[in-house]
Amino acid sequence: MSAAILGWTILVAQIMLGLAMACAAYRVLRGPRAQDRVLGLDTLYVNAMMLLLTFGIRSGSTVYFDAALVIGLLGFVATSALSKFLMRGEVIE
Amino acid sequence: MIEVAADVPLWAAIPTALLVLLGAGLALTGSFGLLRLSSFYDRIHAPTLGSTLGIGCVLIASMFFFSVVETRPVLHELLITVLMVVTTPVALMLLARAALYRDRTEGNPDVPPLPGLDPEEPVPAPEGGEAPESHPAAAPAEEPASAVRTVRES
Repeated sequence: MSAAILGWTILVAQIMLGLAMACAAYRVLRGPRAQDRVLGLDTLYVNAMMLLLTFGIRSGSTVYFDAALVIGLLGFVATSALSKFLMRGEVIE
Repeated sequence: MIEVAADVPLWAAIPTALLVLLGAGLALTGSFGLLRLSSFYDRIHAPTLGSTLGIGCVLIASMFFFSVVETRPVLHELLITVLMVVTTPVALMLLARAALYRDRTEGNPDVPPLPGLDPEEPVPAPEGGEAPESHPAAAPAEEPASAVRTVRES
């Protein structure tokens, strides 16, 4: 009973997160300017992290947690490096 | 039938399910706002709904679920919480400042000019050639404009 409730709810949540990732991917592909693409990429990273956490709850293993942590770190580094690039035209001055 | 690997009692399954669903709904709302809002400065506010409250709900659900499954406090999701709380404002602040800088150097009339300049007069466009003589403060903005111009084509 509880496994069925949890399973169906997590399936619905994963579909919602997939739709959210599709919205962010649309903004990455069709963003009118470069800063819209960077913002869409940041949102895509956050949604992917939440999707990995829901996979971890479903499978009951803590392996997905490490992947989510790495995605969070990479998302921050990517967003700040791309913002620096938009600001100055180069990443490392 | 859709099953979960670990079996938990019903009193633990219901809060976990509700929190996961709430977090995913908030993330979907934020990403839908990113899709629908009109200007960039509106859009930058929308995904923060997912990256603060949404991921907070999912992380609390994950902590609660694994604490019940392993019958001990599992708190390593706090690492991601601290990471998101620290890094999200920094990254989005950098992005907003970069976007404001690009809009100003292009003379976009939708953004407010630099505080040193006359509010009556728009910021000169970088390819416009000369800065107005009465505003020497406009001159330093000319120097990195060519670098920005090359970036904008991408």
